[in-house]
Amino acid sequence: MMKAKVKTIKEFLLDPRFVNYTLIASIFIVMFTLIQFQLVNRYIYNLLVMVLIMIVMSTSLNIATGFLGELVLGHAGFMGIGAYTAAIIGIALRPYIGADLLLFVVSAIGAMTLAGIAGLLVGTPALRLRGDYLGIMTLGFGEIVRNLITNLSSITNGAQGLAGIPRIMTFPIAFWTTVLIVSVIFLFMNSRHGRAILSIREDEIASESVGINITRYKLIAFVLASMFAGIGGAMFAFKEGFLAPVSFNFLKSVEIFVIVVLGGMGSLSGSIVSSIVLVFLPEYLRDFKEYRYLLYSSILVITMLYRPKGLMGTKEFNFTQFKASVSRVVTRLKTRFRKGRDH
Amino acid sequence: MKKLLLIVSVVLLSATLTACGQTDDTVRLGVIGPLTGQYSMYGLAVENGAKLAAKEINAAGGVLDKDIDIIAYDSKGDSTEGVNAYNRLRDQDEIHALIGGTFSSVTLAIKGLAVQDNIPILTPTATNDTVTLDAPNVFRACYSDSYQGSTAAIFANTELNVTNAAVMYNRDDAYSQGLAQAFMDEFDARGLSYDRFEFGAQDDDYSALLTNIKDGSYDAVFLPAYVAEVGAILTQADTLGLDLPFIGGDGWDGIEADYADVANGFYFANHYSKTDEASNVQDFVVNYTAEYGEAPNALAALAYDAVYAMVEAIENADSLEADDLVTALSNLNFLDGVTGPITFDENGDPIKSITIIQVVDGVHEVFAKVEAGDE
Amino acid sequence: MELFISQLINGLNTGSIYALVAIGYTMVYGIIKLINFAHGEIMMFGAYFAYLFAFSLSFQLPFLVVIVLSMFFAAILGILIERVAYKKLRKAPRISALITAIGMSLFLQHLAQLIFGATPYVMKPLVDTTPITILNFDISRLTLLTIGLSILFMILLTLFVYKTKPGKAMRAVSQDKEAAILMGINVDNIISLTFAIGSALGALGGIFYAMTYSQIYPTMGVLPGLKAFIAAVFGGIGSIGGAMIGGYLIGIIETMTKAYISSKWVDVIVFGLLIVILLFKPSGILGKNRKEKV
Repeated sequence: MMKAKVKTIKEFLLDPRFVNYTLIASIFIVMFTLIQFQLVNRYIYNLLVMVLIMIVMSTSLNIATGFLGELVLGHAGFMGIGAYTAAIIGIALRPYIGADLLLFVVSAIGAMTLAGIAGLLVGTPALRLRGDYLGIMTLGFGEIVRNLITNLSSITNGAQGLAGIPRIMTFPIAFWTTVLIVSVIFLFMNSRHGRAILSIREDEIASESVGINITRYKLIAFVLASMFAGIGGAMFAFKEGFLAPVSFNFLKSVEIFVIVVLGGMGSLSGSIVSSIVLVFLPEYLRDFKEYRYLLYSSILVITMLYRPKGLMGTKEFNFTQFKASVSRVVTRLKTRFRKGRDH
Repeated sequence: MKKLLLIVSVVLLSATLTACGQTDDTVRLGVIGPLTGQYSMYGLAVENGAKLAAKEINAAGGVLDKDIDIIAYDSKGDSTEGVNAYNRLRDQDEIHALIGGTFSSVTLAIKGLAVQDNIPILTPTATNDTVTLDAPNVFRACYSDSYQGSTAAIFANTELNVTNAAVMYNRDDAYSQGLAQAFMDEFDARGLSYDRFEFGAQDDDYSALLTNIKDGSYDAVFLPAYVAEVGAILTQADTLGLDLPFIGGDGWDGIEADYADVANGFYFANHYSKTDEASNVQDFVVNYTAEYGEAPNALAALAYDAVYAMVEAIENADSLEADDLVTALSNLNFLDGVTGPITFDENGDPIKSITIIQVVDGVHEVFAKVEAGDE
Repeated sequence: MELFISQLINGLNTGSIYALVAIGYTMVYGIIKLINFAHGEIMMFGAYFAYLFAFSLSFQLPFLVVIVLSMFFAAILGILIERVAYKKLRKAPRISALITAIGMSLFLQHLAQLIFGATPYVMKPLVDTTPITILNFDISRLTLLTIGLSILFMILLTLFVYKTKPGKAMRAVSQDKEAAILMGINVDNIISLTFAIGSALGALGGIFYAMTYSQIYPTMGVLPGLKAFIAAVFGGIGSIGGAMIGGYLIGIIETMTKAYISSKWVDVIVFGLLIVILLFKPSGILGKNRKEKV
C-alpha cells in the first residue's frame, strides 16, 4: 500500500475509471439539475426514461446476440414477463410499501427471477439449435408469451391491458438502475467468464478443446440476458402505468435487435449510443409520419450491406483512443489546409 | 462507454432547448382516435366532427375570446399507442381537456392517468360501462354498452322473435365484450338461450366459427364489432351460405359503404340517423358533407356534439381550470345536440335515445326508435 | 360428422393458401439458405396488384388474366428484392442476411402503407361465391377454386422442378453451388428464377387470402407469412412436397383448434408445434437429416 506509485494529478485525471465515474456522475447531475429546474418538460423526461429502458434492453440482448453470437428474436417476450410480473407485484404491494425505490427493487427482483426462470426453460433445449433455427425458435417463444399474457386474462386483464400500475419510474431510479446493469454486464464480459463466452462466438470447437464448458456458458449468457430483460420490463411497466400484450410483440423484439445490430454486435457503448439515437430520432421525425419507418428499415438494410458490423463493431468506446482519433483527424485537416494554402 | 455520455448530454441539451412552453391564447382540446389502420374511419370521423365544430365556433368568435385548437393524435385503435398519444397531449401540447379516446379500450387505458392528472375528458364514443365509473372528471356523449346491448336484445326478442341467439364477439375488445355481455344478461333475464362465439383481434379467418354457428339452430347472430371485422365476417358468412339475420351495435355505422350487399336487411343500434329530418341534424349533415365530401356517420355527429357541449361547459365555467370545468360539465344541460340533448347522470353518462337502423339497399332506414327511459 | 367435414373443408381452404406461400419460403431456403422474411410482404403486394388490375382499370379484365398479371409483377418484385438486398450478402454471415431480410420486410410494409395508405382495401371476390351443394355439403365456389388452383399450380411446379432443364439446374444449385457453377450453370439466373417462382406462388396465395377474408392492408402478410414459414419448417424446409403437406396440416390444425377448442389457443398451439418440431425433428416431415444446421 505504502509503496503504491503516487499518481500525478494528470495521470489520475486520465485514469479511465476516473473518467467513467466522473462522466456518469456529471451526466446525472446535469440531467437532474435540468429536471429540478423544470427545464425538461414531461414529454422529454419520459423519452429520457425510455432511452434508459432501451439501453437496458439492448445491452442485455447484446450478451446473447453480440457476445455469444446467437440470433435471438424473442427478447420482448422476456421483457413482457418481467413487465407483467413487476406490475402485478407492484400493484399488490403498493398499499404496504410507501417508498417508491423499495417497491421498485422488490418488484424488479421478482421480475428478474421470473424472466430468468423463463430464460432457463427456453434456453436449455433451445441452445442445442444454432443460427437461424435458434432465431426462429425464440421468435416462436416470444409469440407464445404474448399469447399467454393475452389469454391468462384473470391475472393480466388480457388484451384490454393492465391499468393502475403505480408510476414510480423516476429519472434517478431509472438512471442508477441502468448504470448498475450496464456496469454488471461490462464487468462480467471482461471477466474470465465473459472471455469464455467471447471465445465460443469466435470458434466453438476450439473453445471446447481448451476445456470451456460450452453448454454451461451459453446458458449463463442466455439466462443473464433474460434476467436483465426482465428488469427492463419492470422499468417499462412502472414508467407507463399501463401494459398491454401488444407492447411485447415480434416488432418490439425486432426493434431491440435493430438497436444492437446498428450499435455493433458485441459493443455495449454501441448499444447505448444507438438506443439514444433510435429513441430520439423517430420522435424528431414524427412530422415525416410514414417516411420515418421507411427510413428506419432502409438504414437497417443499408447497414447490413455496407457496414455489417454496425456503428461500433465489437469495439468499446475508449477515451484514449477517442483522443487519438480526434487528434488524427485534426492533423489530417491541418495538413489538408496547409496543402490548400501552398497551392 | 463515454462518448455516449457526450452524445447523451448533447441530445438532451438540444432536446431541452426545443421544448418550449405553450402560449395561452388558445383553448386546446385533444382528440385521440385511430387515424390510420383498419379502424381509421372511426378516428377520422371523430377528428372531422370535432374540427367542424371548432371551425364553426371560431368563426362565431371562439370561447372566452380565444380560438379553439383541436389537436388530434393517432391511437391506431391500440391501447399502448393511445397512452403514448395521451402523454404527448398532456406533456407537449398541454391540453385543457380531452375529446376522446374514440375506442372504449383506449379510453379505459387513458382513464387512470387522466384521473391522476385531473384532465377533464368528454369522450364522444367510448360506450363501455366502466369508462365513467370512479372517475369524476370523465364524461361521455354517447349512451353506454349495457343500455345499448340490452336494447338490442329486447329488439331481437320482441321484433324479430329471436329465442336462441349466437353471440359473436371480439374477446380482445372492451366495446365488443361489453355489448355482448349486456345482450346475454338481458337474454338470461328473459329466460332465452344463447351461445357465445369468441374471436380475437388478429383473426382474419372466421370460417370455423361461422360453420359452427351454421351447424347450430340459432334464430339470429348478435355481432357487436367494428366495420372492418363485421364486413369480413358478413362476407365469409355469405360465402359459407349462412343465412341468419345479423344484429349489431353502433360499431356497424358505415357498413353500407363497402359491404352493402352482404349486410343487406340486417339491423344495428345507432346514435342518430342521417335521414332524421330535424333541422339541426340536416344542417349538420349538409355542412359536414360540404366540408369533407362525405356524409357524417354517428361518430362524427357525437364528436361534433361533444365539442359543442365542452365549449358550453367552458363558457358556463368561465375558466379553463380543470376543477371548474368538471363542475360545469356535471351541471351541463346541453339541449341542441345532433344526437339528442346531453345531461349527465351522477356517473357522467348521458340519458339518450337509441335508433334501430336497417340496412336496405345500401341506405340506413330507421326501423325503430327507443326513447330514453322506456326500456 | 357433417360438421367435422365442413370444418375440414375450411381447413383445406386456409391450408392451400399456406401451402402456396410456404413453397416460396422453402424454395428460397433450399437454394440460398435464407429465411426470406419479406415473403409475407410479397404475398401482400400480390394482393394489392390483383386489386389494382381488377378494380382500377377502366375495363374489366378476366379473372385469370388478373391472377397471371399479379403473379408476374410479384415475380419481378421478388427478383428485384433478391438483386438489391440479398445478392451482395451471399457470402456474408447468415445473421447479416437474415437481418437484411427482416429489414426488407419492414421496408416493404411501410412502402405499401405509403403507396396505398393504412386503411384496408375491400377486396370483392372476383368470382361467383354462391355455395354449391356437393353430397349435402354447401361448399363455397371460392373455396373450391382456391383448393383447385393451388393444387394445379403445385403440380405444375413439381413437373417443372423434376422434368425440365431449369428445374434440374435449380436442384443442382441447391445441392452444391460450387459444383453447379463448374457444370456451367448460371447460378445468378437460377436464383432469380427461384425467387420469381416463389414470389408468384406467394402472390397467388395473397390473392386468395384477400378474396376469402375480403381485406387488403399493409401488414396482412405478417401473420400468414409466419404461419406459412412454420408450415415450411413442419414439412421439412427445402422440400417442396414438405411445404405443401405442412401448409395443409397447419391450415387444418388451425381450423380444428378454432372449431373445437377456442380461437384463443390457435397461435400458442401453432408456435408450440414449431418449437417441438425444431427440438425433436428439425428436418421436418420430409426433410433430409443434415448433421449441422449452421
